[in-house]
Amino acid sequence: MLEVCDLAVNYRNRWAIDGISFRLQPGHIAGLFGPNGAGKSTLIKGILGLVPIAKGAVSYDSQPLKRQLKKVAYVPQRNKIDWDYPVTVEKVVMMGRIPATGWFKQPSRNSREIVERALSRVGMTQFRQHQIRDLSGGQQQRVFLARAIAQEADLFFFDEPFNNIDYRTEEIIFEVFQELKQQQKTLLVISHDLGKTIANYDQLLLLNQRLIAVGERKRVLTNQNIQQTYGKLVSC
Amino acid sequence: MRQAIAIGFFLGILSAIVGSYLILQQMGMMGGVIAHAVLPGISIAFFLEINLAIGAFIAGILSALLVMGIETRSQIKVDSAMALTLSSFLALGIILINLLKTNQIDLSSILFGDILGVTAKDVWQTAIITIFIVVVTKLFYKELEFYTFDPIGAKACGLPVKLLYFGLICAITLTIVASMQTVGVLLVMSLLVGPAITAYLLIKELYQMMIVGAIIGIFSSISGMYISYYCDLPSGAAIVMTIFSCFMLAFLFSPSQGILNTPQNRHRLSVIIKSLYRR
Repeated sequence: MLEVCDLAVNYRNRWAIDGISFRLQPGHIAGLFGPNGAGKSTLIKGILGLVPIAKGAVSYDSQPLKRQLKKVAYVPQRNKIDWDYPVTVEKVVMMGRIPATGWFKQPSRNSREIVERALSRVGMTQFRQHQIRDLSGGQQQRVFLARAIAQEADLFFFDEPFNNIDYRTEEIIFEVFQELKQQQKTLLVISHDLGKTIANYDQLLLLNQRLIAVGERKRVLTNQNIQQTYGKLVSC
Repeated sequence: MRQAIAIGFFLGILSAIVGSYLILQQMGMMGGVIAHAVLPGISIAFFLEINLAIGAFIAGILSALLVMGIETRSQIKVDSAMALTLSSFLALGIILINLLKTNQIDLSSILFGDILGVTAKDVWQTAIITIFIVVVTKLFYKELEFYTFDPIGAKACGLPVKLLYFGLICAITLTIVASMQTVGVLLVMSLLVGPAITAYLLIKELYQMMIVGAIIGIFSSISGMYISYYCDLPSGAAIVMTIFSCFMLAFLFSPSQGILNTPQNRHRLSVIIKSLYRR
């Protein structure tokens, strides 16, 4: 179980997020929602220690998460990546095997098979030798999804995976989420879509610097909570 | 001349490998900062009568750390931090040369390079640095590729990204120290960036960028030296102009990215040829 306890991140004398506490169970998909600037990405980065945290603690199975980062797969926002980098699709997915491979070693045959399966799962096998700069937005997102699958992690963090992608990619992403859920993995996903796709989440978190609400869909999506998060009523 | 060719060969390999990481990290200007920032180190080393390369290396690393410190601990953007650091270290170097009365240092050979002054010791020093960087790159290739492609993803997996960054800074500084004698600190940026970006226009993967970059680097250094020797030109400037010529060829005619090699241009060319043929 992932436990976040009283987490706060300070960005240049301003609280980006403050007093965040929640738990995520294995075999659950959690959706993290909030307006722009609410601190959604910062929360994930704070959990993973990618930005310095001002206070609070994050543990996984009662041990500090910082010491178990090999169990984490993180998919950053696509616009944070240099897509002109000279690297092939297959190599990017193989990067997911680096923590398991270890220093000074070449990826094992097992790793190569895992990468092959991950590419096939997201329907990108025929693009394996392509350069990443030749891919569409949806294909880029599938490559990153394949990298996360190849990591065989226990905890998955996705930062806005649904931005500017095609319908088929969105379908594949949700299918993979369901498969990971069945394998008792823990997922935290940042999304903006409070529409139909919300049925895919077992747990919702509403964030606007503070955690407004956390829990099951019906309990969280009240008019009052949404107003507190977004500042106005949103129909859903 | 044999020593000059040997040093050109090693510098070609060294600068292509380190330069590839430098430009993929979008730190092209960092090479310029470190190159200028070695001056105070050289002055102090000369005063203390120790190897100038050691002083240059320490000063170069300090300048990179200062840039990093200003960037991460304030809202100042990295290019401004670099501009300030570059000129301040250069100024400090000039002051130290005056204060420590180390003005016997041949400033012009440090700034512009002096191929005729290359000694057997310089060749050995460059050879050792090159072999060291090649071995380290081979050992940490996959980690460095992951880090330079997706630093946040690499950090999230638990890779020691600060250590990898520091390693890259050390490699850049070592390359600059090694090339100081040949092309000089003012022109070293071209050696670091030129062969690597030329290769970048021609290849698909990082390791190919290093290999093709090394071939371009070796070719440019050695042919630049010949040009400088036979035409009596400054070696650094001749090498830099050879690198630039290679870059322009790739920029115009690269099969995948050359600006004259677009489908429209190919179409225009075929129209011109056809019309000439009709006449």
